[in-house]
Amino acid sequence: MNIFEFIRDPSQIGPWFHQLLLSAGMQEWVANLIGDVIGVLLIVGAVLTSAIFLIWLERKIAARLQDRVGPNRAGPYGLLQTLADIVKLLTKEDVTPDGADRVSFNLAPALMVMQIIMVAAIIPISAGLIGANLSVGLLYFIAMSGIASIGALMAGWASNNKYALLGGFRVVAQLLSYEIPLAFSLLAAVIWTGTMATNNLAMQQGELLFGFIPGWNILVMPFAALIFFIATLAEGERAPFDLLEAESEIVAGPNIEYSGLKFAWFYLQFFVNSLLLACIFTTVFLGGWQGPFVDQFPLLGIVYFFVKSLLVLLALMWVRATYPRLRIDQMMTFCWKVLVPVTLVVVLIVAIGARITPDRSINAVIISGANIVALLVTLGIIGRSLRRDVQRRKAALPGRSTAQV
Amino acid sequence: MALANFQFILILALVGIALPFIGVGVAWLLRPKKPNKLKTSTYECGVETYGDAWSQFKAQYYLFALIFVIFDIEAVFLFPWAVAYGGLGFYALLQALIFIFLLFDGLVYAWKTDALSWQ
Repeated sequence: MNIFEFIRDPSQIGPWFHQLLLSAGMQEWVANLIGDVIGVLLIVGAVLTSAIFLIWLERKIAARLQDRVGPNRAGPYGLLQTLADIVKLLTKEDVTPDGADRVSFNLAPALMVMQIIMVAAIIPISAGLIGANLSVGLLYFIAMSGIASIGALMAGWASNNKYALLGGFRVVAQLLSYEIPLAFSLLAAVIWTGTMATNNLAMQQGELLFGFIPGWNILVMPFAALIFFIATLAEGERAPFDLLEAESEIVAGPNIEYSGLKFAWFYLQFFVNSLLLACIFTTVFLGGWQGPFVDQFPLLGIVYFFVKSLLVLLALMWVRATYPRLRIDQMMTFCWKVLVPVTLVVVLIVAIGARITPDRSINAVIISGANIVALLVTLGIIGRSLRRDVQRRKAALPGRSTAQV
Repeated sequence: MALANFQFILILALVGIALPFIGVGVAWLLRPKKPNKLKTSTYECGVETYGDAWSQFKAQYYLFALIFVIFDIEAVFLFPWAVAYGGLGFYALLQALIFIFLLFDGLVYAWKTDALSWQ
């Protein structure tokens, strides 16, 4: 084994290290434990350092999209702004409000951070380069998302603050509701690829349809990918679905009473969670680390993966910086009356379409076409009901003598 | 192999829950500690805090949570089916279709009884 082999294929470092420990006379379980601990530290380090960069990126891009300058004082292009913020937050007094439930109040930020660290374990950044390629990967991802809602509700409940409590309720209502379309659009991808393990999902999408079209799930099921993207906006607590931290209504949501580093943990969770959701989107729908020449040089997979993930993240930021906030009734209606029935239909389309002919390529075309038809029909129905709504509201208005509209 | 992965997850969970507390501990060494009555009073838009926050809340949240539980459990059942789908026969498709249809029926029922509209 030489260094060039590792650069070509970084996923071989793990097994090589394991063999090295074994050949040094270690027990199998000790070697496993050491390998796992190193892996865990790498993931935790990656999560924390990525947050520093992400917060700067988000603030800068949102500022540019809204014709502002953004952070530009600390360091070149304001790159050190996040570090300055961390130092500030570390030295801020940590106030626990009177009447707060201390156990939940202190546990809530820890649960938030735990969620992002746990989810980071199943992100395959290159072929085989993954924390733990769980056989239940996507189910695990959905389960871990639940921890964030518990953390936010605990924070809201424990603060003994009316705004925080309202925010906590909204978190539960929103995150739980949008978890359904999220789970079902992932289910559609699982039916087609036949695996829940994230690394295998990315590998499966390396197949070529008709011998030349990449079999990425976004091409096979564009509608499912769109639904997942919308659910991602809601799960990532981003505008237009940022009701839980609506500054103008409930000031900041569940984390209103937090200060100092505990507040920083909530902040960290928000930004890293968006990146992780973008990574899951890339893995499940955009082929993960798949790309040209990735079989010869698995190192390229890392590049492809991060380029795709950052593009998805950019789209998330773009939407956040552009759209105004929805009302809570609009948000819930959109989820339960549009997304949930529509995802069930998409799951049915994929389940039936995968069985129509024995040829996967032809099935993929059928599923893709049915997806687009379903999308158009859905848009038509939404448009019609919106127009009817507008007409009803116009009719309810008192008549104006001169208006000819 | 599969269990070895969960050893990794276990260590990760322990580190993940410990890390925030370590961070808060470090901050505890650095930060000032001077609480007073005004500082620790609950924030309420600058006016004096009125009453307790732990009061009654909208029953609608509860209703949505109930519907969520039903759908989430369905997802838990459908994921293993989806993984095994490639190797299953036509009968498995039919069963899953009936399963999803029943759930769809439940959604329509909730819709008709106005449980899905936020009031």
